[in-house]
Amino acid sequence: MNISTLWQHEFIQNAFLAGGCVAIAAALVGYFVVLRAQTFAGEALTDIGFTGATGAALLGLSPLPGMVTLSLLAAFIIGLLGERLRGRDIEIGMVLSFALGLGVLFLSLYASSSGSHASAGIGILFGSILSVSRGDVWLSLACALGCSLALLILYRPLLFASIDPEVAAARGVPVRLLSVLFLLLLALATAISVLVIGVLLVFALLVAPAAAAARLSPSPASALLLAVLLGLGSTWGGLLIAFLGPGQHLPASFCIATLATLCYAGATLIAHWRQRRSPQVPAQPAHPCKGRRTAA
Amino acid sequence: MSTKHDQRLSPPGAAPQASSLGGRGQEASPISEPVIELEGVSVCLGGRTILQEVTFTINPGEFIAVLGPNGAGKSTLLKVLLGLIRPSAGTVRLFGQAPRRGNRLIGYAPQHRTLEGALSLRARDLVGFGLDGHRWGPGWFPAGGRRRQAIIEAALAEVDALALADMPVAHLSGGEQQRLLIAQALLSQPRLLLLDEPLSNLDLSHEQEIIALIARLCRTHGMTVLLVSHDVNPLLPVIDRVLYLARGHAAIGKPEQVITSATLSALYGAPVEVVEALGRLFVVGVDI
Ligand SMILES: Nc1ncnc2c1ncn2[C@@H]1O[C@H](COP(=O)(O)OP(=O)(O)OP(=O)(O)O)[C@@H](O)[C@H]1O
Ligand SMILES: [Mg+2]
Repeated sequence: MNISTLWQHEFIQNAFLAGGCVAIAAALVGYFVVLRAQTFAGEALTDIGFTGATGAALLGLSPLPGMVTLSLLAAFIIGLLGERLRGRDIEIGMVLSFALGLGVLFLSLYASSSGSHASAGIGILFGSILSVSRGDVWLSLACALGCSLALLILYRPLLFASIDPEVAAARGVPVRLLSVLFLLLLALATAISVLVIGVLLVFALLVAPAAAAARLSPSPASALLLAVLLGLGSTWGGLLIAFLGPGQHLPASFCIATLATLCYAGATLIAHWRQRRSPQVPAQPAHPCKGRRTAA
Repeated sequence: MSTKHDQRLSPPGAAPQASSLGGRGQEASPISEPVIELEGVSVCLGGRTILQEVTFTINPGEFIAVLGPNGAGKSTLLKVLLGLIRPSAGTVRLFGQAPRRGNRLIGYAPQHRTLEGALSLRARDLVGFGLDGHRWGPGWFPAGGRRRQAIIEAALAEVDALALADMPVAHLSGGEQQRLLIAQALLSQPRLLLLDEPLSNLDLSHEQEIIALIARLCRTHGMTVLLVSHDVNPLLPVIDRVLYLARGHAAIGKPEQVITSATLSALYGAPVEVVEALGRLFVVGVDI
């Protein structure tokens, strides 16, 4: 295959379109995940999504709705569970292991009832971007638009509440409500990420671009933009390598995850190098202090 | 108990100074409404009584030092005023109204803890939260808005942090972060400033500077200040009264009335000796 013939296949179009939507949503939500130190919650929600997907398969439904439903439900419960999610790793871990166990049960029931092997499970665990349908593209587009719009509206109070929940609450920001709303967005973003890259590799799209961007950017707005660019770059770059690259049939998930990891590693190196090159605090204040004169 | 005899003191004798500085905001008549009124306020948290029947009144433009040992309920008291904690009994009035979250008349800087995960957040972004962090929407000039930046930079300059404006918050020291939080609290030009141990991480010169800044705002703008501290000495030249909390009880009054062996012994329910040496007050026998 070469680039010009690539776009003629519908499954490839679908892969690029769905992958793009997912990359944008995951990068935007991922920035706040990194800021709020909720990566573990993100992981837990995807694992719960896995259970939803296998449950749906068992009922003869499409996995994506099952995944979205169950992870939204779990997000709601986790959100009600605690005022602040930091340090709630044990509770989340318990929910997670129970959900995953249930997922395994559903999977084996599904395999034995339908007589098929567990390939449905493999698709969910490692992603099945090559079998994305047009319907999935529309669904992921809707999710991505929904996430972006919601984050646009919540942007300032969510940022405030993520950095300093106490002062934010004192200033009248509904911290608790934002926490639940954000978990719902996270559930949505992870559910559609699973479509592209699978449960086990969600970090590659959710956390890696955002964490890399956070290291490189001077301000939240530019970090969000950079996260989106890195996410899109990893996803589309990974797909191109998978389709055109050497050694036919490199799994797309592998290529995407590798590029995302490289982004993060590169960002870490650049940040490190920058820090060594420029001294941290200016030795002399650039401006004489007003306060000091009045103090004397 | 010991709150009775020295509450409702007349407004502090600092008013003449203020007029000489040409301050506005002091034009309010001397018999103006109190800023804070607590009457028989009790607070229970986790089944324990933290504050018990606390009663006091604070007048406009007063600079109050809030003192007391660890766990006395100083932070809790500020959270009650902010509407973050509901008292289990008694009435609280701020500017004549019940406390509520998001009161624009109050500026608040919490007891310091390091700000987690604040990578990619510059000092000016953090301070800017004080201006519009509670508003919905992205803010249409995320980085720009020249007037907004000018206000933020003026606040940064007040706490001697202008040079830090573009530094990532996560890379700043504890004292530097604390100064940013003070700047953030000042940004909305509050009528009441609640500062929870703002001096705890500061070196001596910055401590002096912040105290002078707050005293100046208090005198020239008639801002009322509650400042929590564990050391009253650097504050003695500027404060009007102290509010002393211990064992759930409160005593309020001029420093020389409250920080005495007799008052503190009654408050702590244990013998306390106040020693004056080298122009400083030392409380012996218990923790401040
Ligand atoms: N949410 C809570 N649930 C239960 N107890 C609490 C809660 N918050 C505070 N406390 C208790 O209330 C008491 C007073 O706490 P507070 O933080 O007000 O003390 P403080 O006077 O500010 O002390 P410090 O000087 O250490 O800052 C402490 O004993 C604390 O354990
Ligand atoms: Mg405290």
